[in-house]
Amino acid sequence: MGIPLNVDWQQILLHLFNFVILAGGLWLLLYKPVKNFMAKREAYYKDMDKTASDKLAAAEAEQEKYSGLIAKAQDEAAELKKKAMADADNAAKAHIAEAEQEKLRIIDDARRAAQAEKNKVLQETNAQIEEMVSAAVDKLLVPAGSAYDSFDDSGKE
Amino acid sequence: MSKRKRVVFIVVWVALMAVILVAALLVGGTGESESIKVVMRDAVLHGTNKVSLFGLKDVNPAYISSLVVCGVLLVAAALIRIFAIPRFKMVPGKFQLVLEQLVGFFDNLAKTSSPHKNTFLGAYVFAAGVYIFVGTLFELFGIQAPTTVGGTISLPAPLSDINAAIMLGCLSYLVILSGGIAGAKIKGVGRTLKEFSLPISMSFRLFGALLSGLLVTELVYYNISLSFVLPVFVGIMFTLLHALIQAYVLTMLTAMFYGEVSEPPIKAIKNRISKSTNK
Repeated sequence: MGIPLNVDWQQILLHLFNFVILAGGLWLLLYKPVKNFMAKREAYYKDMDKTASDKLAAAEAEQEKYSGLIAKAQDEAAELKKKAMADADNAAKAHIAEAEQEKLRIIDDARRAAQAEKNKVLQETNAQIEEMVSAAVDKLLVPAGSAYDSFDDSGKE
Repeated sequence: MSKRKRVVFIVVWVALMAVILVAALLVGGTGESESIKVVMRDAVLHGTNKVSLFGLKDVNPAYISSLVVCGVLLVAAALIRIFAIPRFKMVPGKFQLVLEQLVGFFDNLAKTSSPHKNTFLGAYVFAAGVYIFVGTLFELFGIQAPTTVGGTISLPAPLSDINAAIMLGCLSYLVILSGGIAGAKIKGVGRTLKEFSLPISMSFRLFGALLSGLLVTELVYYNISLSFVLPVFVGIMFTLLHALIQAYVLTMLTAMFYGEVSEPPIKAIKNRISKSTNK
């Protein structure tokens, strides 16, 4: 009894032989190279993506670093400004104090000079008074006739 | 194209069709050499019209089709490998895109159906899909081959032969079995053997689908009155459609069953997960 539908084992194997050759050939010539290329491209874009994200991360880190530096510099500048303001304030105060002392010294000197002048004037005045007093006393102590006579003689003339 | 040229083209085209139609009717055929019953019976059983294989053996015409299809596909693949693939670019052109879509489709089918094991499956479904699709379209060319009984026969699709359909169905079953062994050892074999009807169902699904297409085409061409306009739909549209459908169905079924039987046991999965978490 033959196999129904004219199934032929030899032809099945011949078909299998064809298909195995075809499958191997297609895998080797088409499927594998195309898949490899697709994988290569995927890796290329993944690599590109990774490089871009690495660069972005580095840039962000750099930005953060420089933000810190800027903040630090701003703090330092504020500190310096504050210090400079304090120094200037101190210097101004010192100047004012110095000027105050100079003023007091000048006033003191002026007062002293005025006192000396006053003393000198007083001494001179006293000396003059003394001279005048002594002259007056001398006049008083001179004999009356002579003085009067002299005065009278001059009247007669 | 100007309006006048278009009108001239249409008039010439219609006139040409009318002349050929009249000529075909006037010349007449050599008569019906075989009854429709014989034609149908031969399409199914291939008992009468055999083709000599280089004088070595008389084979079914579908085997010659298979040889031609395999040869054409291998030559095309070699040409693509030599001339097209080395010129592939990162941003693909049209042809590269078609190739990548084709390979990507079967690769994805394998990956989604069988996430654990899919390298071999991808290559197999790609070959099977291309073979079924191109083999089915091959019958459209109507290449004539001399039969051993003296006449000629239009070469059918390779898979409209029961031998080719059995080959592909059983081979797919063996591929599924190999996936079961590789993925789940003895459990995989058990799972595959449970689906014992698979080789028969896959073989006969292919055979039935392709044979029905062939029979309908034979039937249409048998009557000369049906041989105008109708073959455009019956021959080309149906062939195109079932080439696509059959290629998809067989590859999808193979991938699905392969994924099912090659799934590692839950214990193995747990071990794998714990190992990866320990690392």
